[in-house]
Amino acid sequence: MTTDVHQLDDGAWISVNDSREVNVSDLWLLARSDFCGCETTDFLAEGFVKVGVDYPDIQARIAGQCISCGESGVTDWLTVGRVVDPDSGEFHGVVHESVHFPEKRTRLASPEE
Amino acid sequence: MPSKVEGWKDEVYGNEIREHLMEFAEKGWESIPEDEQDAWFERFKWWGLYHQRSGQESYFMMRIGTPNGVIKPGQLEVIGEVAKEYASGPAQNPEFGDAYCDWTTRQSIQLHWIKLEDIPEIFDKLEAVGLGTQQACGDSWRNIVGCPVAGKDKHEHVDAWPVAEDLHETFKGNDDYANLPRKWKVAIAGCDEGCGQGDINDLAFEPAEKNGELGFNVRIGGGLSRKEPRLARDLDVWVPPEQAADVAGGMSALFRDHGDREDRFNARIKFLMDEWGPEKMRSVLQEEYVDFELETAGEDMRDQYSYNTGSQDGHNDHVGIHEQKDGNYYVGLNVLVGRMGADDVLELAELADEYGSGEVRLTQRQNIIVTDVPEENLDEFTSEPLLENYSPDPSPFMRGSIACTGTEYCSLSIVETKNRQVRYARWLKDNVELPEDHKDFHIHLSGCTASCAQPQIADVSLRGMKTRKDGEPVEALDIGLGGGLGDDPRFADWVEMRVPADEVPGAIKNLVNNFKDAREDGETFRDFVEDRDEETLAEMVEPEETDYDDPYMHNTKMTWYPYAEDDDMQSSPAPTNGAGEPLTSDD
Repeated sequence: MTTDVHQLDDGAWISVNDSREVNVSDLWLLARSDFCGCETTDFLAEGFVKVGVDYPDIQARIAGQCISCGESGVTDWLTVGRVVDPDSGEFHGVVHESVHFPEKRTRLASPEE
Repeated sequence: MPSKVEGWKDEVYGNEIREHLMEFAEKGWESIPEDEQDAWFERFKWWGLYHQRSGQESYFMMRIGTPNGVIKPGQLEVIGEVAKEYASGPAQNPEFGDAYCDWTTRQSIQLHWIKLEDIPEIFDKLEAVGLGTQQACGDSWRNIVGCPVAGKDKHEHVDAWPVAEDLHETFKGNDDYANLPRKWKVAIAGCDEGCGQGDINDLAFEPAEKNGELGFNVRIGGGLSRKEPRLARDLDVWVPPEQAADVAGGMSALFRDHGDREDRFNARIKFLMDEWGPEKMRSVLQEEYVDFELETAGEDMRDQYSYNTGSQDGHNDHVGIHEQKDGNYYVGLNVLVGRMGADDVLELAELADEYGSGEVRLTQRQNIIVTDVPEENLDEFTSEPLLENYSPDPSPFMRGSIACTGTEYCSLSIVETKNRQVRYARWLKDNVELPEDHKDFHIHLSGCTASCAQPQIADVSLRGMKTRKDGEPVEALDIGLGGGLGDDPRFADWVEMRVPADEVPGAIKNLVNNFKDAREDGETFRDFVEDRDEETLAEMVEPEETDYDDPYMHNTKMTWYPYAEDDDMQSSPAPTNGAGEPLTSDD
């Protein structure tokens, strides 16, 4: 089946196959990111701005702030979890406290015109 | 390309949602197909139902829209009864117990832990006395706000209550305006104190005189959400009361047709106002949406506004005992952070009936007003034991406190809010002394940038954040200063960021002491802030641990309910069936 991904409630959470899977208010560690000048960005997720699928990864661009330096903005694409078996649709979230590497591009859940 | 939510709205939206809602309620929670849940929960908002956050599945927040905050005789008792019977969850709140009503900053009522299966009965009870939840949330006309003592106030020039009621009746359930790109917030006031808070609404009607006739000037595009606060801008339009609905209909139709349906983050009319400016907005309204010549703006009364101005004279809120124009009195009661237990609501309903007309009104500062109290009843009424907790003469820190829902129930919030602000207010009352000439000091705590507690228009603005303390993540708050409304409205300056939540009371204490030391004679806090740069102000806010104890420093969002004995997400009893019994996920 197709993996259905969207953000809802003003970007409060990401739904994967109609299940609430990723929430705002977690801290993510971002490395090799140009989000701010910190070596590792201690990033507070405040809202999911865009979501996408780059099979098997579920990705998102997240609005938030580095709680070390105060820089705020929107991240590049971050993998927030995976749906390894599209037939079962089961979502496996990443450990947000681990170090993550934002990427420049991904495929949108709903392609833009 | 329209957003996914727009796609769901195209399929089913507006009045027709009710039929589906009733069918699901009758068959029970499990009858909502799993792959349709997101779509249905988005639609249920239109009928005032908001699915609670992660860990609380199958429970809903129910919002009852009371235009202008007016709760007519007989209605408060039903609200209390519904809260007592249906708004109980699987765990208790340590400050407020079980079953309570939240009075909101938009003069509405919120109940929590509502089960889908109970909704038909609740709707029957509410609708039997003229209350309802229609369009209380969702993409349409929201609850209309205004001066909560419209029709009673000695400072009133135009009685805005019949106009608010007419707008409510015209645009609630009206299919032409049922599906807007986003929420549509309207304020109307006829008094010279500015308590409609029009500046932070999508559409505002403010009292103004034109050619000797009293009516309203129109402002468009205010709002506080998403770190994008805007003050409503003058449209250079005046309308007499009898044409207010025509202009309101025209403006909301303009928004319906021209608002952004592709990006919900850009959908509010404040962003269209950014793009068009007031002149184009006015000309499109004139040319396409009204069939009469719009008058240019009349002479407003903004220079007399006192509400939430920090001026320390006039009317900064509606707490206290005030004479009405008919010689009776209204008694504004302080409800700390807007939350009132169901038993207290029922008792207040009896008292309002005994001492007043039975009518009460909600304010945009989360308080409640008992109206129509004859002078001879005042002493006895204000001696009632209930008013020890809901005082007409509270400490400035109690009366000035506003808090949003927070992580207790809300998906978007970053931090716990209501219980924390209760603890802040009590600690500040016991430990901090304002200058004698400061009876009003507003502290608004909002859990996130959605700004439901309206933090940007407070003397001290608090907004949910995170920081690390001794290496561990803890709940924190950004601190802003000097916001307020009036003739010259001003958003707070954010001067000290990411302060651990347990150091905020100490920071406010130090700020107040520094203000007392440095102020000139008679200088108000708001003027004091306005005259200083952010760096100077930041030095005056000195975060500090005190004997204030904060039990919510951990990540309350990671719990299923922050105050449960076993708060682990895996221990959540949700979802439940109609009897409140947990449903297992593998059946």
